[in-house]
Amino acid sequence: MLAQQLLNGVVVGSVYGLFALGFTLLFGVNHIMNMAHGAVFMWGAFAGLFAVTMFDLPFAAALVIGAVAGGLLSVVLDWVAFRPLRKRNAPEFSAIVSSIGANLILLSLAQQMTATRVMRFPFDTFPIRFYEILGVRVQLLQLVIMAVVILTVVGLVWYLQRTNAGRQIRAVAYSEGTSRLLGINPFSINFQVFFLSGALAGVAGVLIGLVFNSVHFMMGEPLLLRAFVVIILGGLGSIPGALIAGLLIGIVQVLTVSYLSAGMADVVVFSLLFLVLLARPTGLFGSASGGAARVARQ
Amino acid sequence: MLEVSGLSVSYSGIRALKDVSLTVGKGEIFALIGPNGAGKSTLLNTLSGMVQAQTGHARFDGVELIGRPAHRIARAGLIQVPEGRQVIAPLTVRENLELGRIAAGTRSGDRNALDRVHDLFPVLAERRTQLAGSLSGGQQQMLAIGRALMGAPRILLLDEPSLGLAPVIVREVFDALLRLNASGLTILLVEQNAKLALETAHHAAILEMGRVVMRGTAADLAHDPLVVDHYLGRTEETA
Repeated sequence: MLAQQLLNGVVVGSVYGLFALGFTLLFGVNHIMNMAHGAVFMWGAFAGLFAVTMFDLPFAAALVIGAVAGGLLSVVLDWVAFRPLRKRNAPEFSAIVSSIGANLILLSLAQQMTATRVMRFPFDTFPIRFYEILGVRVQLLQLVIMAVVILTVVGLVWYLQRTNAGRQIRAVAYSEGTSRLLGINPFSINFQVFFLSGALAGVAGVLIGLVFNSVHFMMGEPLLLRAFVVIILGGLGSIPGALIAGLLIGIVQVLTVSYLSAGMADVVVFSLLFLVLLARPTGLFGSASGGAARVARQ
Repeated sequence: MLEVSGLSVSYSGIRALKDVSLTVGKGEIFALIGPNGAGKSTLLNTLSGMVQAQTGHARFDGVELIGRPAHRIARAGLIQVPEGRQVIAPLTVRENLELGRIAAGTRSGDRNALDRVHDLFPVLAERRTQLAGSLSGGQQQMLAIGRALMGAPRILLLDEPSLGLAPVIVREVFDALLRLNASGLTILLVEQNAKLALETAHHAAILEMGRVVMRGTAADLAHDPLVVDHYLGRTEETA
């Protein structure tokens, strides 16, 4: 029973990690708290859903379409909600407010479009198959989700650590001013970071939509709140922190729901946040300067 | 090579540069000296596109720099080594140098740039896998210069390269600059250590309160009684 719940927790938690990763990436490089990240996640889920219901595409294509849709929406958000503020050197708080506004607009549009209904993936989207591994019932979907999360994270880390473009992103995260002096085009970096951040949210959206078999306009909101816990727990801007804290939150949540009650999940999760912050104000993996990727921008 | 004329810059209501004009010739070292807050760094930052000028021109081989974004200016070959080194601390020495290559773009397909930087500063080859933030101040300055050289600069702008370094390291850095200049690189140097700057440069200008108050060959300035009084005497004490 416990092993079974731990597995469920790891699956949900790894998707939380993916979602939080996009949020923390944007914060680490661009110093932006994107309050519309949950809406990007939700629209990514809808894009994946429509790919399946309207165009009869397979699951893998739905994932790719969810990623691309999330990425493009995130880039549009940058143009509409963030870039005009950046141009005028507005304080960081303005970006939070403008993304809250963008979030509301994106939610309302989705609500209008779906008439507030909860939508589901068709039954045959993903074959329902179970395996017995060491006495634990494992769904094929769960295995695939973990594989997708691992591949996505490995791909992201490879991109950031091993490519030319990734090196430029890390340079901008450390100091945008110095990067410009080196000939790095800040617009190109912004585009990449917003796209990557949104694509991670989009993939997470399709996965969560499948796991709970429910896609609706409010699905991103509880996740955004939990993503805050994840990135604060993991340390702002820290990629390993987001993943490990995501897993942790997923496990804690699933265990609370199954052993205590569903209503207690957020109580336990947020109490955990309090306790960790009392002991380590910069989070589990955050440094005093604010994490691995995030350092003061000059 | 670089012609600055009538350049004025204001920051939040304060005029940092007032009608600055100067010319840097190809192949020379030009030094800008002057007290703290005279506008020396502002001038470099305006040339490299980090600060916007209100009026005036800066032409680099005939191309107007004012109004161009910083990354385009770097890619055109005007590369600044910023004050305080500004190496990308969480990246390795090698990664910092590779970043420098971006400015070269398609302008120069120089595959030997890394070897030449390593020849100039062998310590950068020894420490290539070390994080830039773990280097000493002098090594960071060498890295910052090496990184700029990777971009195949046509003119190198240096902001206070001697700041905070031990005299023996300063000597090493300036010897490297002289060698680079001997191989044809044009250098615009901002330096508070006026004695060192005038010994190194061919031409120099003195900036005070945002204005050029004196300019000429470095040798003439070094013997001008006013300069000796105001700048050379004082640097001896603090150096």
